[in-house]
Amino acid sequence: MGRYVVRRLLQMIPVFIGTTLLIFLMVYALGDPVAALFGDKAPDPATAARIREDLHLDEPLWKQYLLYMGAIFRGDFGTAFNGQRVTELMATAFPVTLRLTLVAVVIEIVVGITLGVVSGLKRGRPLDTGLLVVTLVVISVPTFVSGYLLQFLLGVKWGWVSPSVSSDARLDELILPGVVLALVSLAYVTRLSRTSIAENTRADYVRTAIAKGLPRHRVITRHLLRNSLIPVVTFIGADVGALMGGAIVTERIFNIHGVGYQLYQGILRNNSPTVVGFVTILVIVFLVANLLVDLLYAVLDPRIRYA
Amino acid sequence: MPEPYEKGPYEKGPYENPREAIAPTGAGGAMDLAMSEAETLDKRETEPTGEEGTPPGPGGRPRSLWTDAWHQLRRNPVFLVSSLLIAFLVLIAIWPQVLTDADPLRCDLAKSQEGSEPGHPFGYDTQGCDVYARTVHGARASITVGIAATLGAALLGSLLGGLAGFFGGWGDALLSRTADVFFGIPVVLGGLVFLSVVTSTTVWPVVGFIVLLGWPQIARIARGSVITAAQHDYVQAARSLGAGSGRLLLRHVAPNAVAPVIVVATIALGTYIALEATLSFLGVGLRPPTVSWGIDISNAAPQIRNAPHMLLWPAGALSLTVLAFIMLGDAVRDALDPKLR
Amino acid sequence: MRGASHPTPWVACAVAAVLAVTASACGGGGGGGSDGVLSSSWSDPQNPLEPANTNEVQGGKVLDMVFRGLKRYDPGTGEARDMVAEAIETTDSQNFTVTLKKGWTFSNGEKVTAGSFVDAWNYAAHIDNKQNNAPFFSDIVGYEDVHPESGAARAKSMRGLVVKDERTFTVALKDKFSTWPETLGYQAFMPLPQAFFTDRAAWLNKPVGNGPYTVDSYTRGSEMRLRRWDGYQGPDKARNAGVDLRVYTDNNTAYQDLISGNLDLVDDVPAQQLKNVESDLGDRYINQPALILQTLVFPLYRPEWSKPGMEKVRLGISKAINREQITRQIYQGTRTPAKDWTSPALGEKGGYADLCGDACVFDAAEAKRLIAEGGGLPGGRITLTSNVDTGSHRQWMDAVCNSVNNVLGRGPVCTVNPVGTFADFRNQVTEARVTGAFRSGWQADYPLIQNFLEPLYYTGASSNYGKFTDRRFDALVDRANAEADQAAAVKHFQDAERILAAQMPAVPLWYQNGSAGYSERLSDVKLNQFSVPVYDRITVG
Repeated sequence: MGRYVVRRLLQMIPVFIGTTLLIFLMVYALGDPVAALFGDKAPDPATAARIREDLHLDEPLWKQYLLYMGAIFRGDFGTAFNGQRVTELMATAFPVTLRLTLVAVVIEIVVGITLGVVSGLKRGRPLDTGLLVVTLVVISVPTFVSGYLLQFLLGVKWGWVSPSVSSDARLDELILPGVVLALVSLAYVTRLSRTSIAENTRADYVRTAIAKGLPRHRVITRHLLRNSLIPVVTFIGADVGALMGGAIVTERIFNIHGVGYQLYQGILRNNSPTVVGFVTILVIVFLVANLLVDLLYAVLDPRIRYA
Repeated sequence: MPEPYEKGPYEKGPYENPREAIAPTGAGGAMDLAMSEAETLDKRETEPTGEEGTPPGPGGRPRSLWTDAWHQLRRNPVFLVSSLLIAFLVLIAIWPQVLTDADPLRCDLAKSQEGSEPGHPFGYDTQGCDVYARTVHGARASITVGIAATLGAALLGSLLGGLAGFFGGWGDALLSRTADVFFGIPVVLGGLVFLSVVTSTTVWPVVGFIVLLGWPQIARIARGSVITAAQHDYVQAARSLGAGSGRLLLRHVAPNAVAPVIVVATIALGTYIALEATLSFLGVGLRPPTVSWGIDISNAAPQIRNAPHMLLWPAGALSLTVLAFIMLGDAVRDALDPKLR
Repeated sequence: MRGASHPTPWVACAVAAVLAVTASACGGGGGGGSDGVLSSSWSDPQNPLEPANTNEVQGGKVLDMVFRGLKRYDPGTGEARDMVAEAIETTDSQNFTVTLKKGWTFSNGEKVTAGSFVDAWNYAAHIDNKQNNAPFFSDIVGYEDVHPESGAARAKSMRGLVVKDERTFTVALKDKFSTWPETLGYQAFMPLPQAFFTDRAAWLNKPVGNGPYTVDSYTRGSEMRLRRWDGYQGPDKARNAGVDLRVYTDNNTAYQDLISGNLDLVDDVPAQQLKNVESDLGDRYINQPALILQTLVFPLYRPEWSKPGMEKVRLGISKAINREQITRQIYQGTRTPAKDWTSPALGEKGGYADLCGDACVFDAAEAKRLIAEGGGLPGGRITLTSNVDTGSHRQWMDAVCNSVNNVLGRGPVCTVNPVGTFADFRNQVTEARVTGAFRSGWQADYPLIQNFLEPLYYTGASSNYGKFTDRRFDALVDRANAEADQAAAVKHFQDAERILAAQMPAVPLWYQNGSAGYSERLSDVKLNQFSVPVYDRITVG
């Protein structure tokens, strides 16, 4: 187990370097950020040159990358153009996105698994077919359409919830954006647990349990669910990483000042310290989440042992 | 119908290999779905080598997997409906004049956001263009993006993934790590950055971008299924008879490893079309004068309060198309998976 | 997850608390302002909130509340009135003596002295401080020493600024500039307290100024809370208890918050909601001219657009744009079709007049004829370039292109080239890489006709992105600047504008109005010429 973890951690290093380099190249390709700092006015050449010098923008690209990575390992993620430390931005943005992700995940778990279990137990019946079609429809609607639609209907037309999220980003405000963010994954969780349940209902151990006369609900909760939900639970664990980076659209629609918002602003203004810094953290979250999921497997399923 | 093949609780489950556990792909739930379902498919190939049960090896059956699948598909209403729908969509993509002779670029601002009237059943958008004409003509761009991106990603992904899986070694390691790099980049972010530097007005930059971020997913699937296929007895037999690598890969391994790739690709096609719309929403997708559902949806979404008809038609068309492709992929998956018969 | 049947806030809160995610976030009650405090939409300032580093409206909004300069533009008339200045005197339009009023202090207790201005201006101009607005000080003698075109600064301060005593300083300009005192209402010229120079980082986290409001708290990227400064001695004491500025990513979200009662004031009503303002807000809606003009600039640095005869094509394009229809259908009348290259907010005395005349009136037949006479569009095509990440640029560009296409009737010869990010767009424009016409929005820094013409069309001027050059135009601008008499200066500027009407280096599209909507709690909401709400006049309740 320990060796496995070490090996995985070592494998992360080239992936980490590759990803950050790629992001760095991408942001670099966006071009010179200095002109945008001056708004609609022409940049003053002397001031612009000085800003470029201070940000090392006049150095060759490889040197910029090395300088940046060097600073990161010292814990210095640089300064955003509005004068704020990127680490400070992270400290305000990540908790917000984490809360949003949490709400989305709770919704995924509660709604997704319930629907999946119901669907899997009623395999082939009209209810199952109906749920299947609904999940497909949900998958086929882009997030920004469902976001605007729900925001307008629930927030403005019927006034059930606030159409936007305040800067505190309280959890009750995050329910609607959480639903929007969760929708697509929700459909996935439903289908995954349906397949898993459907396969396991025909398994020998379930037959044995029924044969020895256990009540139905006990068979379902004790035997069926526990074994069927392993892949679902691990998926949800890994989904946390994907949701955090994928919330750009949702955060924009609901005015949530989280990671997606900061990234979007950073891109619009070619603010390389913000973009590279945030993506670097997201990549780490993603890699660690993947590792944890794999380890979680071993914990949940005793048949798996890592050498 | 043959008795379904079943596993005991302590046999290897479909998720036994952590390296192939469902990892989020960054491309959204549908893509994850496609991947995991295709990975479940892979195991069909490993199970015959298991110690118990009746091995339904591909070679040992009177009918091949493909004929079986085709027989099942022909009788599956989901497959029939979705393929008819796709045939229709492809038709109007190639030949939109079948349904309308109106010009989608001919707009009269005076009619901005007006409702339907005779000859213009879907009404007008903000610019006063005919929504019906734009919805019909939008099919071409959206479907081109979907099909071209899927083809590109599938070819590139299965080629790289297949070679990596077959030959293994450092090339395999390199590929797997490279794929991880692309998985690590949030799709929307990558789109914003990559596509904002492009100025072309054709669909190809968007296609290229989707291929760029899409191939690792296919490569992962292809690699896995090539590895399992290469372990079969008949491949070992062919190898011991002195067959060269190229012949082995093309004649024996590839035909038996391609099913999961097809499944992922069909489902992915739907998600790529939806992705184009999201990119347009962020201002980096297709560019005018290209007419696409993505552009129209992103223009209409903020106007939902004033002119819901502007959103309804292109969004409906998009969802229907995505639905058709995902349903097709689903049906194909069911047909190729003996466990589910 | 046993027992967690619904994602109620309490369950989720408990989970969050366990995860040690700011538990306080679960307690707070409803948003909204408390007694006498109003909430207003905002977006994050791009640069640190220093006076000389702020060149856009959002940062300007805050500076206008926190600072008072020598002059202030009257929110109603736009006239520059003495604020901190008691007098600004000159005999030769080149050397000025500034005297300050007594009794002005910063909110931290420091006195506002001549040094507060001179130090702030020297700081702003110095190259090491990399202030965006440094060029505003380039008229002062000694600017080159602190802000050389390349290399290190040769001096710490400008020779042209001399402190005489606590309330007096003198300014020496390089050239005659009769209207120079009128420019001093601009935010770059605000004074700074010593606290700024001793600990700049702390000051930036919580700016301290001499205006009617103080900064109570500032969370970058999400909210700034400003409160009335009770010790303020100026004539324009705030009439409300404070303002909470909330950052919105999307002005549509802000508008929806306004109509569902979560926000008091939105100063940028999104285009797609303009149809609804009547029913949503009734008379709680303002729409008035601001000092903003949208133009379409031709790339005259490209020979195919600048060669002789092309002025006819440029005029033709101007006449092919149906401004009336576009402003009505897309903007519901919140833009006014342009008739010159300035703004109606200047007033007729300030130089606003219908100088574009016929060239700005839609006439399909005439447009077609002019374009054909001039040799047609270069390559038979034209593209319009703009960023599309903010505002409703995409909509009007589509509309302008459709207008041109409909006039020419030769299919989609005009196409829109949307650029994903503002940064990218600015790079393409400043590096003269755009091959077709491009958007240029100009918001005046101060309400003077000079500011609408000289920076944009004078040969080699800083914001002359189309690289227009005309010797007669330059000469008229020079004459106007040397003129001591305001009315005569305006006349020369207007003559210069007539040259633009003939050459059409940039097509004036429309004057952008300031638009704002507000909640029932507010009254006396007004916008100034910069389309910024006059916060200190608003009453709550």
